[in-house]
Amino acid sequence: MSEQVLDVEKKSEIEERFPEGVRRDDRKGFEGYIVEPDKLIAFATALRDEFGYDYLSSVTGVDYLPDGFMEVVYHAYRTTGGPALVFKTQVPREKPVAPSLVSVYPGVNFQEREAYDLLGIVFEGHPNLKRILMWEGFDGYPLRKDWREPFYEEDGKPFKSRWPEGKVYRAEDKNPFNKNVDYPAGFDPEQWTPVAETAVYAGIGRLEQPVSETALTTDQIVVNLGPQHPSTHGVFRMVARIEGETIVDLQPVMGYLHRNHEKIGERNTFIMNIPFTDRLDYFNSMSNNFGYVLAVEKLMGIIPPERAEYIRVMMAELTRIVNHVSAIGFLLNDLGAFFTPLLYGFIERELILDIFEAVSGSRMMCNYFRFGGVARDLPEGVFEKVRDLVKERLPRKIDDLDTFLTNNEIIRARAQGVGVLTAEQAIAYSTCGPVLRASGVPYDVRRADPYSIYDRFDFDVAVRYHGDIYDRYLIRMDEMRQSLRILEQVIRDLPEGPIQEGKPQYQVRVPAGEAYGRVEGPKGELGFYVVSNGKPNPWRYHVRAPSFINLTALSEMTRGNKIADVVAILGSIDIVLGETDR
Amino acid sequence: MDGLYGKGLLQGLSITLKHFVTTYLEDIRWLLQGKRRYFNAEGIVTRQGVDASGIFTVQYPEEKLPVPEEFRFIPFLLYEVDENGEKHDRCTSCGICAKVCPPQCIWIERTNDPVTGRPVPEPREFYIDVDICMNCGFCAEFCPFDAIKMDHDYELAVYDRHKHNIYDKERLSRPVSYYASIRPTNYAREEAARAEAEAAKAARKAGAAAAAANQ
Repeated sequence: MSEQVLDVEKKSEIEERFPEGVRRDDRKGFEGYIVEPDKLIAFATALRDEFGYDYLSSVTGVDYLPDGFMEVVYHAYRTTGGPALVFKTQVPREKPVAPSLVSVYPGVNFQEREAYDLLGIVFEGHPNLKRILMWEGFDGYPLRKDWREPFYEEDGKPFKSRWPEGKVYRAEDKNPFNKNVDYPAGFDPEQWTPVAETAVYAGIGRLEQPVSETALTTDQIVVNLGPQHPSTHGVFRMVARIEGETIVDLQPVMGYLHRNHEKIGERNTFIMNIPFTDRLDYFNSMSNNFGYVLAVEKLMGIIPPERAEYIRVMMAELTRIVNHVSAIGFLLNDLGAFFTPLLYGFIERELILDIFEAVSGSRMMCNYFRFGGVARDLPEGVFEKVRDLVKERLPRKIDDLDTFLTNNEIIRARAQGVGVLTAEQAIAYSTCGPVLRASGVPYDVRRADPYSIYDRFDFDVAVRYHGDIYDRYLIRMDEMRQSLRILEQVIRDLPEGPIQEGKPQYQVRVPAGEAYGRVEGPKGELGFYVVSNGKPNPWRYHVRAPSFINLTALSEMTRGNKIADVVAILGSIDIVLGETDR
Repeated sequence: MDGLYGKGLLQGLSITLKHFVTTYLEDIRWLLQGKRRYFNAEGIVTRQGVDASGIFTVQYPEEKLPVPEEFRFIPFLLYEVDENGEKHDRCTSCGICAKVCPPQCIWIERTNDPVTGRPVPEPREFYIDVDICMNCGFCAEFCPFDAIKMDHDYELAVYDRHKHNIYDKERLSRPVSYYASIRPTNYAREEAARAEAEAAKAARKAGAAAAAANQ
């Protein structure tokens, strides 16, 4: 596990640069700097330009209700590698106004909107500060600690009504459908036109064209793609303004699958969150588990035994292959190669899911990792199956997929040079994973800031340089091959021994403090920011979802392309709405 | 793009063709050995195994994939049958499963002895709302008495979920022999651990008795 604590020298350097308005966060279990709101933009600019922290990975808010303030937490990295620099700004709860960092790091755009939406922190200077996950007209800010959900029972689980006098009831019976909404007096929902809808349409850019004397004048029109459309991989909507067939501007609209995963996470005890993380990116529950247990293990200060580490890496790399064969398949679906590539990929996925099922008991909702280890050892025959797959079948099948697709002229014509994102843009928009690496930035958390035992393996960080759809396809092929390399080493070195540090406990004690656990998930950097106050339930539980943040760059990628390419560009980002909307 | 235009496309299509032809070649190979590749256990395992080639799909519900031992779907309660044919719940209504349940779908009603007023081990009622259950398996994992385990039965469709999907104790209870049949390895391991614990307890008792006798 990498240490996020900075060396003494650098620390003084930053403090010297800002003698006023910046102090160390000296709360027990916390790290980084606390920056006064009025110094924030200058501080961030200096970090980016002078100290090389060019990649702002995560932004989120925390509501410290008992202390009467809210905190905005930033995690910045260098794209050349190394640990995070954490900085925070504190604003009073009654008037939570912080400056927006969109001008310094454009990638914070959606994340600041999310913090505004769920916590009510106002980011001054944000170009488009509107709700992003909740709907317009929603009352309150759900992640504030004094906000209560409709089926509210208690602040934290386990609920006292379940035992020892469990009188069973259905939640729907207590709050029946149609009686669970309150409208303001005199409000008629049938007569209401949402302001946000109009604002979305008005908000997207219009290209002013000079009036031509010879050609016909055309009008730009607005087209909605989704939310109910197979190309959006779920319920996701894109509002595009088009000129002829060319995209002038495009805005993603999301939140249709929002369930406030983070609020549920704060009601849960620490261990209850593990199966809930399965439901984020439901293609890769293994790596979701991984990120979350890393964060909590950091807080608890435990390290899993060797065998557990190897099993974890084995599962995480297998899930990467599962994700990439599906991602390539869905991308090809979007390009019009309907289902044949996808189902070929699904054969391999199916075989790997059989392994997950034998190990964890479930194909997709694995719930396999535990704090300090994994749930159970590999059952009989699983190791042999993994070995046969990795050594014999998968390399051959990936080569088949390569022959099948890579040189296909139609794919090349549709994918090459389309949806280009330059390296500078990719970093600025905080994109991660295959999207970032396809744009020529060799940034992989497994190498840049190694976690678990990734520093022991011999593998290359896949990187491609064109930043178009085709390179995002190729990079996934490369990564699958690198995953196989790691898996071969895991199979060679897998030691015998225990798979759990200490005794498995259903009620873990987590000391007060904060921790940010991040893994290189198949879709990109997946981070979990967890704040504990020593109680059984986390005080704050935040997910840095790669699909969500990669969408920040969607508008940039699509501009100037044809409307038919939008679907393929979205497919090349590889989003999953369970994670985007949380 | 180098070479003949369309070469990549044709190369790709050769993969599809190979996949199509292999299915029939495999079928013929099996037939020559006097076996059928469909609607029997061996065929299903081979078609979905590491050496799978050609057609991969399984014709559910006529064909069903075997589930591994660890497969988990909806918990059930275990009871033991004594020599008189009476059922005894393993559950002691300690409530750990209800406390660890992430969606909080377990309701346990503990009983008190009417005479002494102290809790009796067996629960009066035990409910699981299977609409809410997320099949995480924590209840089975953390039960100290091996009294609640995850089932293998995944065909649970009903016509009216409002009436049928809250399972009570009767619906949830299964004999230990059923558990032994679906999870033989786990069962053997747990029984061995139990026997060991019993033996240790007996040895401790005997030791204590011997110590008392010596005094």
